[in-house]
Amino acid sequence: MNPGRASELRRYLAGYGLSHVLTGAAFGAVYWQKLGARDTLGIVFALGFIQVLVHFRCFLYIGLRRSARDALQLLLLSTLIIGLMVSGTLVILVNLHRRMM
Amino acid sequence: MTDAHAWHVLFGNIDAHSWAFVRAWDNPTVSEVIAAVAAAIVVIAAAALGALTTALGKWRYLWMEWFTSLDPKKIAIMYVLIAFVMLFRAVIEGVLMRAQQAVAVNSPGFVSPEHFAQLFSTHGTIMVFFMAMPFIAGLFNYIVPLQIGARDVAFPLLNSISLWLTAGAAALLMASLVVGKFSTGGWTGYPPYTELGFSPGVGPDYWIWAVTLGSIGSNLTGLNVFVTIYKMRAPGMHLMRMPLFCWTALCTAILMIFAMPPLTVATALLALDRYLGYHFFTNDLGGNMMNYANLFWLFGHPEVYILILPAFGVYSEVVSTFSSKALYGYTSLAVATGAIAVLSFTVWVHHFFTMGQSADINGAFGIATMAIAVPTGVKIYDWIWTMFCGEVRFSVPMLYSLAFMVTFVLGGFSGIILAMPPLDFQVHNTVFIVAHFHNMLIPGVLYGLLAGYHFWFPKAFGFRLNERWGRIAWACWVAGFFLTFMPLYVLGLSGMVRRAQEVFEPAFRPWLFVSFGGASLLLCALVALLVQLWVSIRERADNQVFVGDPWDGRGLEWSLSAPPPEYAYAVVPVVHGRDTFFEAKRNLNARPPPERYADIALPRNSAAGVLIGISAAAAAFGLVWHIWWLAILGFTAIWAAVIGRSFARAVYRIVPAAAVERTEARWRHAIGDALPVSRACETTSANRGLARAPS
Amino acid sequence: MSADELGHVGSTLGERAVFGFWVFLMSDAVIFALLFATYGSLLDATAGGPTPAALFRIGDSLIETWLLLSSSFTFGMASIAMKYGNARENVGPLLAWSAVTVVLGLSFTGMELHDALTLFQQGAYPSRSGYLSVLFALVPFHGLHVVGGSIWLIVVMVQLLTFGRDVRVNMNMLRLGLFWHFLGIVWVAIFSVVYLQGLIR
Repeated sequence: MNPGRASELRRYLAGYGLSHVLTGAAFGAVYWQKLGARDTLGIVFALGFIQVLVHFRCFLYIGLRRSARDALQLLLLSTLIIGLMVSGTLVILVNLHRRMM
Repeated sequence: MTDAHAWHVLFGNIDAHSWAFVRAWDNPTVSEVIAAVAAAIVVIAAAALGALTTALGKWRYLWMEWFTSLDPKKIAIMYVLIAFVMLFRAVIEGVLMRAQQAVAVNSPGFVSPEHFAQLFSTHGTIMVFFMAMPFIAGLFNYIVPLQIGARDVAFPLLNSISLWLTAGAAALLMASLVVGKFSTGGWTGYPPYTELGFSPGVGPDYWIWAVTLGSIGSNLTGLNVFVTIYKMRAPGMHLMRMPLFCWTALCTAILMIFAMPPLTVATALLALDRYLGYHFFTNDLGGNMMNYANLFWLFGHPEVYILILPAFGVYSEVVSTFSSKALYGYTSLAVATGAIAVLSFTVWVHHFFTMGQSADINGAFGIATMAIAVPTGVKIYDWIWTMFCGEVRFSVPMLYSLAFMVTFVLGGFSGIILAMPPLDFQVHNTVFIVAHFHNMLIPGVLYGLLAGYHFWFPKAFGFRLNERWGRIAWACWVAGFFLTFMPLYVLGLSGMVRRAQEVFEPAFRPWLFVSFGGASLLLCALVALLVQLWVSIRERADNQVFVGDPWDGRGLEWSLSAPPPEYAYAVVPVVHGRDTFFEAKRNLNARPPPERYADIALPRNSAAGVLIGISAAAAAFGLVWHIWWLAILGFTAIWAAVIGRSFARAVYRIVPAAAVERTEARWRHAIGDALPVSRACETTSANRGLARAPS
Repeated sequence: MSADELGHVGSTLGERAVFGFWVFLMSDAVIFALLFATYGSLLDATAGGPTPAALFRIGDSLIETWLLLSSSFTFGMASIAMKYGNARENVGPLLAWSAVTVVLGLSFTGMELHDALTLFQQGAYPSRSGYLSVLFALVPFHGLHVVGGSIWLIVVMVQLLTFGRDVRVNMNMLRLGLFWHFLGIVWVAIFSVVYLQGLIR
């Protein structure tokens, strides 16, 4: 097999495998809930965040090399702006909720 | 199936009383008659245009040369045309509102409360989404590719789709004059007022779908401009060598990409509430109407920067050209533009300081709001220092720039006042706010658009605009603006509520009269622009500037003929620094003939954009009136066009090298024949578009 | 058409198409992000109606997740077949992997639809509460994207049969790949924020 093809195949398999592990761990943490609600939620979000990174790296080829640079910069800018929007929204609405309910 | 049921399936909720004419016939108040006249104008104008085109046999020409063209220069012109038509409607609506308020002091006036509410709703919606945004899209489409040395935008077909979505949405707005009524909820459409419970009619639905189509078009334009600037600059055109207009275009594009989606979410969720009984923003069952204001202004604040940044770009180009001097502080201008773009996502709460969140949150956003004024201040200083020790020419674009600098800064002061939550609380919902944002939008955005129009019109059409009528229009805009809006600051501080169809304080009357006088002047300004266009076309033979550089310009766009050939650049230029064309002129190497010409591939025309725009407008109309078969048909047609187009293979056509050479030769011959003119003669008919370098 | 012939030096048509699609995905990501934020703000807005814990079954969510995740993998296999094959030959494996992807994607949405209908029968419909409104906006919005992607993939398969592996089909597949994997990423967020969060006691 073409070496390029083999490395891409490995990449997809790695991503697929890692996603199974991360998904299984998250579902398992909730199914067999051993910790408190807050900690379990934290673990679920952390595992989800890692899995998102795995998808970006293994399926979408995001990395530091030149050909992926533009996409990475765009992702970072988007993360900044989305972060501002979502955190701002939650802070404002939680604050309003607390003051009005 | 009964007759009534069959009617309902075919025509949804449209009935006799949906028509403005029928409503006026049944209840001939002045208010209804005005509405019917407006509807009549729409119908007659559309019919007349259709008839004229048929009589002149121009349908094929329009279809082949304009509607299906993917040439960004043509798309740009169509955008600006839409903007001017909608400007005309919105200014008239503004004059009507000023007239009503001047007359309706302790009297009902001539416009009913509901009609008045529709007026301020359409006025705002049109000015933001269907005047300023299309105008900006037009300027970007024409100028950005030329300034970066590209022949086209990154996605020509997407460009056409954006145009036709905007046109379809504008058509929907015009249709709302004839059948049905528009929203009475303002351009912001706040629920729960715009929920079914309080607004059961079609008005908010017209608003939702028109704004949705327009905002999708703008989002895609932002995508197009962003990729164009990022990926299609000519060799040597580093980001820090781009004209400032392209920097503002890049940052505006980023804002369009990230700021239009919150609007899509806000209107989509409102639509779900209205159409499917969801409870996002309702009063009951868990709705949270405050999230609407949050989502809307997440869009709304960056939106005002989408509107102002391109104007800032125009001012940069105009001030440096008409000061015969390179822009002062290029780096600071570029950095300030980027800073404004990023900071614009941190201030949105100042649009709803009074909604009930804590003083700490208000304070944080107040500080951010004041901070965002700093980069704008940097720009103002940079423009002033550009003029300092330059040879300033008071051309029409420069007059707009100067009026902007003075008037916009005044408005900026009112913004600093509003940035302080306790002060904002005092003037919330008064006409002080109306004065403030018009003080930003008219001298800021509109003057910039008009300056750009005057500056680049010769490039696009090959002849200069009439100077005298340009100055008359300018004087009317400036005087009109002051007279219309300065009284509103006073009235706002005196407590006059905004969006008021009737006023109950006699002391307000003199101010309202002055304001109405100003509004009449603004209408004169608009008419003066139309007269200017008419006169300019009539005199165009005397004012031809075919060589292409009437102002001794600095950017690459001036290195082409006026109008440029369809392929723009016969050979993609290589750039060595900033203001590369200007430097080349000073080095007596302005238009070096290329060694050889090559075939040029241009996008073939495509009907996909037109079909998608028409289908989208039809689907939207169907959704407004609950004509479900039309909505489904329109939606399906959109995707059929997209999928069908994806099967096309030969999407380019070749302009042969020989044809390019012929076009270029004709131009170079004209250059040889033309006499270079000094700046003193640039507004005379001696100016053929060839600039004489100062000795 | 070579880059030079198109007069745009510095990037190829394919590079621009892919980058442009990334930009579009970022706009889409903002829409999803704000739906998530709205979800967060309406978690308590159950108005006396069904709560998340009452609605969700962990087994269904796990199966749906597996279906979508596997479809990302099979799409990856199709992408490899696209990239390393030549012209008209060997579209067989490419078509096969694509077909499996479509089946997995539509099975995913089929399950979601079934779940939704079950919920309606239990009295959990969107007009019941603010919480149910946002649930029935966020999840179906993602599901509609998956349906759209599946239709798109079918169109690509038809184009492969019609035109073989030409430049435009290739570009189409590249963009669809971005879209498909993006949807997988959004699903990770959905199962974390909606289903698992809802099932935590």
